[in-house]
Amino acid sequence: MSTRRLAVIDANRCVGCQCCMFACNRRLGVGGLSRSAIHISSVGGISRGFSVKVCRACEDPPCADVCPTQAMKRRDGGGVKFHQDICTKCGSCMNACILGAITWDNENNVPIVCIYCGICARYCPYQVIELEDISGEM
Amino acid sequence: MDPNLSRLLIIDLSSKTFRIEERTSLFEERIGGAGVAIRLLHEFCPKGTDPLGPDNPIILAVGSLSALFPLASKCVAMFKSPLTGNLGESHAGGRTATSIRMAGFGAIVITGKSSQPVYLSITHNDVQFLDARSLWGMARGDTIARIIRTIDGNPGTRTILRIGRAGEQLVRYAAVTSETYRHFGRMGLGAVFGSKLLKAIVISGDAAIPVNNIKGYRLLYDQIFDAVTKSPIMKKYHDVGTAVNVLPLKSLGSIPIKNLTTSQLEKSDQLTGEEFVSNYLARRLACSHCPVSCIHLAQLRTSYPHDPYFFKTTSVCYDYELIYSLGFTLGIANPKQVLSLIDEIEGTGMDAMSSGVVAAYVTEAMKNGLITSDMTGGIELEFGDTSSYMQFFKNLADQQIPFYKNLGKGVDYTSQLYGGSEYALAFGKNEMPGYHTGLAAIIGYLTGARHSHLDSAGYSVDQKPKQSTPEEIATQLYNEEAWRQILASLVICFFARGVYSEEMVQKCLEVSGISKTIDDLVLLGKQILYEKYQFKFREGFSFRNMRIPSRITTHPSGTGLISEKDIRKGIETYENLLLSSGTGPAQSE
Ligand code: SF4
Ligand code: SF4
Ligand code: SF4
Repeated sequence: MSTRRLAVIDANRCVGCQCCMFACNRRLGVGGLSRSAIHISSVGGISRGFSVKVCRACEDPPCADVCPTQAMKRRDGGGVKFHQDICTKCGSCMNACILGAITWDNENNVPIVCIYCGICARYCPYQVIELEDISGEM
Repeated sequence: MDPNLSRLLIIDLSSKTFRIEERTSLFEERIGGAGVAIRLLHEFCPKGTDPLGPDNPIILAVGSLSALFPLASKCVAMFKSPLTGNLGESHAGGRTATSIRMAGFGAIVITGKSSQPVYLSITHNDVQFLDARSLWGMARGDTIARIIRTIDGNPGTRTILRIGRAGEQLVRYAAVTSETYRHFGRMGLGAVFGSKLLKAIVISGDAAIPVNNIKGYRLLYDQIFDAVTKSPIMKKYHDVGTAVNVLPLKSLGSIPIKNLTTSQLEKSDQLTGEEFVSNYLARRLACSHCPVSCIHLAQLRTSYPHDPYFFKTTSVCYDYELIYSLGFTLGIANPKQVLSLIDEIEGTGMDAMSSGVVAAYVTEAMKNGLITSDMTGGIELEFGDTSSYMQFFKNLADQQIPFYKNLGKGVDYTSQLYGGSEYALAFGKNEMPGYHTGLAAIIGYLTGARHSHLDSAGYSVDQKPKQSTPEEIATQLYNEEAWRQILASLVICFFARGVYSEEMVQKCLEVSGISKTIDDLVLLGKQILYEKYQFKFREGFSFRNMRIPSRITTHPSGTGLISEKDIRKGIETYENLLLSSGTGPAQSE
């Protein structure tokens, strides 16, 4: 199977609609923005545009390195796989990702991490993000 | 139904306390937004309350589709309006609706008055009352947001509502701004904030929103998302934005120009949406959960007069209404000058539409000798003279000269003092929007519960080819306004009204956990409208004694001359329809 990740094609085209965030949330069976693995926020005031924070599927992921139980496991080809059942909810992965791509689901007390499904990209009306195949690069 | 939706947060600024109440049946019956807010207004606003006194409540409400469906992206504010003395209702986009819903509330009520400037930080189970003394009196409103966002809430999911100095100075048409470019613009919510010494509110949260049937939800969502992103109706807002209206309205002679003294503005070829796009558009933005992105930001570059190598570059949000109120009606044809006036008004936190109409009236009244430069602090207003308007708006927001205190009460009030009421362009005390399209627009301004052109969209009725009688027009407007109560309860952006048909609304409600038939909804719309009028009548509003500025009937509209007799006939029909729909004790005199 090919390895995929989400690529930010052009953050400059982002209008801040957050449709990608809502899409990620719907994937998990709820509305709102509470469990989104992608984060859109302004670059210090919306007149200056937006930044798109999402897991970039590191080849050598620091978030997995620090996980004491291997709940956050390296994925072949880059990025991680998260195994919720063995997660101790210590929050180390969240702190290790300096991009801020991992956030916390306060309701279920677990980290939120991207599964590289690309649903968010399907709902971005402005082609800001795209699901990209990275297996060839490895 | 989502149990968070029916949570009502009640904040008392006087005692700096808050409580949370469960209002399940209210939200189930009223579906949220305007429907809930008008009930709360009846409940929390005592009869005869001073709109700028501590008893006037500020009510913010979202709907059962907020943060669930695209374009259910607005928040409704209700209060007693300091401009009209009756119903104050205003809708704003940005992230306010999403943030309130995610903070786990369906509505927020703020009463009382703080003893010193305060800002509120609202989260799921907490309200912090924070000291805002150092924010009070700042020259520009956008500075406030810049400061607050560095200290409070999660970026991306919080909303920041704030007022500028016009709100602090109780200008009766001061706005509340959210996310820098969205506004609770009309009816003076900014002055109500100011009267409570409430400078700003930050709201953030991360509550999830449950749905009835996830599969059904996703399918319905896709249907709406596709319709919205592919619909030709939305394309217009998406591409050129509402400013696309300039050309057609201008060619019909429907734009109020120079206080409605003429139908043409010389050298105004550059003042169109298309020109703004080609020469000034720098970025487009969207409200949270709206794929359309109708917010158009222009880049304005201004040089410093004594140093040619220094420039100030600002992002200015423009749309049709602003081009009308700070361009056409002031006789200003240069887009750069219009943008600089928009930027100035934005900094003060006044409603741009009301401010423009007030300035246009003063210009004409000065020409007629009713107002002199002794009164204005030396300013001579003349159509087209941008720099005088710039100074005028500064003085208006600052409220330091007595004359401006009167102007700050609106053009209706001002014209009672100085004369010229025949050309003081307000309807139901709310300054005129940018459509002099014909009879339906005028009947709409006068009968709409909040005297907004968005109540019943008379301007669009006028632009249809069919000529109708005043009675037919009034009936059409009444039905439209009644249905819009449902959209305003959900709180769907009116730009998406074509996508949210009766069937669609009913299905969306179903997956969000509220079942109602279409007949239920149509009836509910009428009831909500009726309750708004109950409030208006209670506060002294009457259809019979409404002032109609005669300029409206002497200057031809886009569809020719309008007669006062026809307007009155339309109002009468509307009133009869409204009263016959009611169940409770609401009587117009
Ligand atoms: S979560 Fe952060 S550290 Fe982990 S793989 Fe993604 S980007 Fe890298
Ligand atoms: S790729 Fe999937 S999991 Fe990752 S942010 Fe997008 S929707 Fe969420
Ligand atoms: S959907 Fe696209 S345009 Fe909208 S916020 Fe996400 S990345 Fe930006």
